[in-house]
Amino acid sequence: MAAELHVELVAADRQVWSGEATLVVARTTSGDIGVMPGHQPLLGVLESGPVTIRTSDGGTVIAAVHGGFISFADDKLSLLAEIAELSDEIDVQRAERALERAKAEADALAERRAEVRLRAVNAH
Amino acid sequence: MGAQLRVYKRRIRSVTATKKITKAMEMIAASRVVKAQRKVAASTPYAQELTRAVTAVGTGSNTKHPLTTEAENPSRAAVLLLTSDRGLAGAFNSNSIKAAEQLTERLEREGKQVDTYIVGRRGVAHYNFRERKITESFTGFTDEPTYADAKQVAAPLIEAIEKTNGDGGVDELHIVYTEFVSMMTQTAIDSRLLPLRLDEVSERSQKKDEILPLYDFEPSAEDVLDALLPRYVESRIYNALLQSAASKHAATRRAMKSATDNAGELINTLSRLANAARQAEITQEISEIVGGASALADATAGSDK
Repeated sequence: MAAELHVELVAADRQVWSGEATLVVARTTSGDIGVMPGHQPLLGVLESGPVTIRTSDGGTVIAAVHGGFISFADDKLSLLAEIAELSDEIDVQRAERALERAKAEADALAERRAEVRLRAVNAH
Repeated sequence: MGAQLRVYKRRIRSVTATKKITKAMEMIAASRVVKAQRKVAASTPYAQELTRAVTAVGTGSNTKHPLTTEAENPSRAAVLLLTSDRGLAGAFNSNSIKAAEQLTERLEREGKQVDTYIVGRRGVAHYNFRERKITESFTGFTDEPTYADAKQVAAPLIEAIEKTNGDGGVDELHIVYTEFVSMMTQTAIDSRLLPLRLDEVSERSQKKDEILPLYDFEPSAEDVLDALLPRYVESRIYNALLQSAASKHAATRRAMKSATDNAGELINTLSRLANAARQAEITQEISEIVGGASALADATAGSDK
């Protein structure tokens, strides 16, 4: 059993992150799921939420992922998302403004997106 | 300055101005091709992973889904035609329109009713002029399409294919776009997007003869397929939009290059003509002076007698 897995986090228009990791936690439609090396092949639908990647050098990468898929096989894990942002790419002030605006307009989807972004930043 | 010469000078001035414009357009298009190509490359990882996932679900489960099963008697088909908003791109738009017309004809021969969806003002104008029916059209983003644009285009198509035939739903979805082969070659092609042919999909995925593992589906194979297929269609449309944009810029570059070359040639010819006219003028003036002088000499010689 290999001790690490290869992670590719790709958005529709770019590759967001790729590297080796020991643990990946993501939120699927039926709850949070943690994937470690040697996990059984898996294909799941993601909810929008933060994804935590524990890299093999001990660091942590957190990304806000809005919908998409997780697929894992042969110690290769791919996270496909229409929109994905790493926590250090997120503009906190902009996300806060977006949250306020979404609340004012009662736009549940936009509110959720902004909340996920803020949570990804705070979890860091 | 003679009238003839003045006319030539004026024409040279106007052709030079036109040449400057076409040269600038050529250079703009060349830089945009590179940008568009980079976007195509950036979207490839997503498309590849998505294709792999679709193949995995399609081959790894016995799930039946409206988007993968062929209708027994397909009676309606949707055709999505990708053109550009602006012209000046040689035969780019007419090629893709021609390809769409051939496809429509073929589908109609097979007894299917065709709904046409068009992206790009050029295609819309072509169909409107001929008073053909357009089911839906999208304009304003063909130069630099984003993923959101692709979603916007895909939404009504996915909706149409999920509906039953009676409510105006369609059985098949075809797409006509211009494939970017290289800077010099772009070909208009049509391909059937839905229902999905899984053998074709697996051919597209990179590694051949790869045995796909038995996946554990979360929450279930049906749900995964339900979520996956619309994304797959969106990603294919996004890819087609990007390739179309790259092809359009390459076609513009080529068209503007030949326009610039032609203008250069025209300037050469015109300046030769202008030189000849100037020379003729000078020759005429000299012969007038010589003629005048000798006439004067003759006259004085006569009076001396």
